[in-house]
Amino acid sequence: MRGREDEWTGLMRSAMAGDDAAYHRLLKAVTPVLRAAARRGLARAGQPPDQAEDIVQEILLAVHLKRHTWDSEAPFAPWLFAIGRNKLIDMLRRRGRRIFVNIDDFAETLPGEAPQETVSAGEVASQLNTLPQRQRDVLQSIAVDSTSIKDTAAKYSMSEGAVRVALHRGLAALTAKLRNH
Amino acid sequence: MDTDQLIRTLAADNAHRPPRVGAVLTMALLVAAPLSILIFATFLGVRHDVMSAMHNPFFDMKFAVTLSLAIPAIIVSLHLSRPEALLRGWGWLLLLPVGLLAVAIGSEAMMAPAMPMTMRLMGKNSRVCLLAIPAMSLPLLAGALFGLRHGAPSHPALAGALAGLVSAGLAATLYASHCTDDSPLFVATWYTLATALVTAIGALVGAKVLRY
Repeated sequence: MRGREDEWTGLMRSAMAGDDAAYHRLLKAVTPVLRAAARRGLARAGQPPDQAEDIVQEILLAVHLKRHTWDSEAPFAPWLFAIGRNKLIDMLRRRGRRIFVNIDDFAETLPGEAPQETVSAGEVASQLNTLPQRQRDVLQSIAVDSTSIKDTAAKYSMSEGAVRVALHRGLAALTAKLRNH
Repeated sequence: MDTDQLIRTLAADNAHRPPRVGAVLTMALLVAAPLSILIFATFLGVRHDVMSAMHNPFFDMKFAVTLSLAIPAIIVSLHLSRPEALLRGWGWLLLLPVGLLAVAIGSEAMMAPAMPMTMRLMGKNSRVCLLAIPAMSLPLLAGALFGLRHGAPSHPALAGALAGLVSAGLAATLYASHCTDDSPLFVATWYTLATALVTAIGALVGAKVLRY
């Protein structure tokens, strides 16, 4: 566990220093842990586990948009799990459930418990359709068609800078829509 | 969108470097401050006997109290803008103005009273105080909330209350240069009431706008 969390902290430091591959690896590595914790939290609240992936995606978006609040001198896991807890609580609250979030749901995940899998979730996908055209095009192109920023820029005759702006604004808008949903 | 696709998209956006919460909060307060100063200059202004008042330690004490509220409130609000942060270990910073006031009230009580206690407590400006501090706080409160929205507080109402303390502390610093009531009893009563009002507004608004 210690080793895993130290590895996350190291990856996040590299990510913050501009290493996109380290960032990608970090997000891949934390996702199964978040998924297991979300399922456990939902089960505890008497909710079906099929919403777990929506929570996971919301957590990932929040991690991304708030990563500047992580103190690079501090371990990464407590910061990550705090966001995870907040997002789980938000989701249960929106569903009008009484909140029984055990603080340990996000802390006591066992290593090896979580198989790598990729799962679709409904909420991000459906909110994606409500974004302005340009942001939606860019997000679709990069996320779904896995086109690079450069090729996306060529495809829509935009500058790379404009693609980056649309990408970031799209992610921020998506998060705002999920929060108020 | 499946989660792998989302992760790929987030990694593609890694080049975007958001500024630190402290930088955004500072900018937002600097943008809001001229509005509060405008209210101050239009309706209040510095008291006329300010040069002689500066020789009165109880006049100076007012600024020590208001700044010992505003500055620690800024520090604690930035701390709480991190999701894993706890108030524990930091909350005592918010007791600094309380301690200062207690010392000031104690020293005033040991001096030969110039006025009876009730007169010192009630003062001449209690209504202006209750109006002016919240009014000058509002632009700063909006700025503080805007700045803290850049953070990720786990307890939005608490973070909003701190934004209220920040703005009330700064507004009270301005107000202190206008008000001719220098007794720590007056400050402890009316400044505190005004601050409590602004803090409550901050908590209510913060609970809505500081969720992330």
